[in-house]
Amino acid sequence: MVQFSEEKLNKVKEIIARYPEGKQKSALIPVLHLAQESFGGWLSAETMDYVASLLQIKPIEVYEVATFYSMFNLTPVGKYLFEVCQTGPCMVSGSDNIIEYIKSKLGIGVGETTPDGMFTLKLVECLGACGYAPMMQLGKHYREHLTPAKVDEIIAECRAKAN
Amino acid sequence: MGRKLLLENAHIEGIRYYDTYRRNGGYAAAEKALKSMGPEAVLEEVKKSGLRGRGGAGFPTGMKWSFIAKPEGVPRYLVCNADESEPGTFKDRYLMEFIPHLLIEGLLISSFTLGANACYIYIRGEYAWIPDILEQAIAEAKNNGWLGKNIQGTGFDLEIYVQRGAGAYICGEETALIESLEGKRGNPRIKPPFPAVKGLWQCPTVVNNVETLAAVVPIIKYGGDEYIKLGTGKSTGTKLISACGNINKPGVYEIEMNISVEEFIFSDEYCGGIRNGKRLKACIPGGSSVPVLPANLLLKTAKGETRMMTYESLADGGFATGSMLGSGGFIVMDEDQCIVKNTLTFARFYHHESCGQCSPCREGTGWMEKVLKNIETGKGKMSDIDLLWDIQRKIEGNTICPLGDAAAWPVAAAIRHFRDEFEWHVKNPEEAQRRNFGLAHYADPLPVAATV
Repeated sequence: MVQFSEEKLNKVKEIIARYPEGKQKSALIPVLHLAQESFGGWLSAETMDYVASLLQIKPIEVYEVATFYSMFNLTPVGKYLFEVCQTGPCMVSGSDNIIEYIKSKLGIGVGETTPDGMFTLKLVECLGACGYAPMMQLGKHYREHLTPAKVDEIIAECRAKAN
Repeated sequence: MGRKLLLENAHIEGIRYYDTYRRNGGYAAAEKALKSMGPEAVLEEVKKSGLRGRGGAGFPTGMKWSFIAKPEGVPRYLVCNADESEPGTFKDRYLMEFIPHLLIEGLLISSFTLGANACYIYIRGEYAWIPDILEQAIAEAKNNGWLGKNIQGTGFDLEIYVQRGAGAYICGEETALIESLEGKRGNPRIKPPFPAVKGLWQCPTVVNNVETLAAVVPIIKYGGDEYIKLGTGKSTGTKLISACGNINKPGVYEIEMNISVEEFIFSDEYCGGIRNGKRLKACIPGGSSVPVLPANLLLKTAKGETRMMTYESLADGGFATGSMLGSGGFIVMDEDQCIVKNTLTFARFYHHESCGQCSPCREGTGWMEKVLKNIETGKGKMSDIDLLWDIQRKIEGNTICPLGDAAAWPVAAAIRHFRDEFEWHVKNPEEAQRRNFGLAHYADPLPVAATV
């Protein structure tokens, strides 16, 4: 069953307290982020229903938001999600080559996960790091000025962390 | 070297933290505003400064503030737009990451002026590490009596909260942002009513960009008259430009709005010229939605005057031969870049980011992406170029929010200035996949970048 820890529940309360009385729906996006972090990096229907019950709103209100925003994953993803930018400024700085390199290195296509469940490759639109292109998001942080060598390092770093 | 107002202390080690910020003159402007000026005087000063919205639209900030409705007993809100998602733009991120207290101080002065006791910073979800920095700065400010109840004994109360988005360019549009802040899909609202009358939770709300709110600090510190001395004409003060693409020194620069585009691109103080000794082909000077300009129209206007880094000069010639300063997302392309492909990435971007509310945008952006993809991959027909032109014309002006226009303009400008490159793609489908069209005549008569 999906259930936040005591600590996370307190965090939810703290978020709801940011808004005026009765406006707890405003907490939806922050709470969905918290849920995605807590329950395996994606939002299952069960997770979304749980969030709805916490905020006392209808499940459909959660689904329509979760499906709108691109950071919410509605299917399972690997332990490490490579979100590589492909928009103009990254493209003119060579993101195509980086994407091809990651594909061949991991042996997966866009939107796929490695068989060991470690890596998922997702292409995203501009993340606001155009001056430090090519780049990708990995968890909470950006990895910038990517080169094939740097991609190798990141993959090795993830593998080391997982062991 | 130009004068800096926002980044003047950016180089000081530890400026991210309260003590260092305060020691270097931080919160002096807030003290002045709250203790000796009062809301009306602050508003007058901001109006006098000529400050224009730094998010892209360039609307006068003082005027926007003066529109806020003040019904009795209804709370007012200030919302800081930190959704920075326009491709090519990464300036607000720099301010928030390195000088968070400048923003907090700006929010304090602005909230005080508007009579708002709660302020929300809506930050794009991908900037996931920045809320921690902002929240730390907020806590420090609170511990030092700059936030919370009865700030510095003035009786003014203010709380600032940070809210993350979750990946949606459209939430940079102010009414979509408000919807998102209310926990909904980011669908822009029909205006009127404007947020100044009915905004967040139907209360009077002002939404301003990060850089705009930060600029209030030097305006109060030095005065509107001093601010207006920087820059030219209606482009007063300084502007942050985030420069990227094929240049030697990508990054965030604060410029006085009185330098030429040529100086900005080629001088060592700024972009440092084109990378690898290549030649300049084209530039998108204000974020992906503004018209791309070929080099010959970028450095000089159609009238032959030097093109300056100002709102007016970049717009000189209208969309026929000019562009816009926009958000200051300055994307430079060298001779090896393909205009068709670049336009395709933007069309794909806008298709992905369309909220889907209005048919012309929802359908048109997808259609443009498809047609551009065909041309780029060698499956295009000559008639596709006219088709693209036709589609963008039918999106522009026919949508609730400006995303439709933002999607249409880059396609229109690419065809307007680089039609022969599109035709070359259609006529030489195989060759177009192997190499790019190159410079053609766009850079003439331009000098090669001086030194590399």
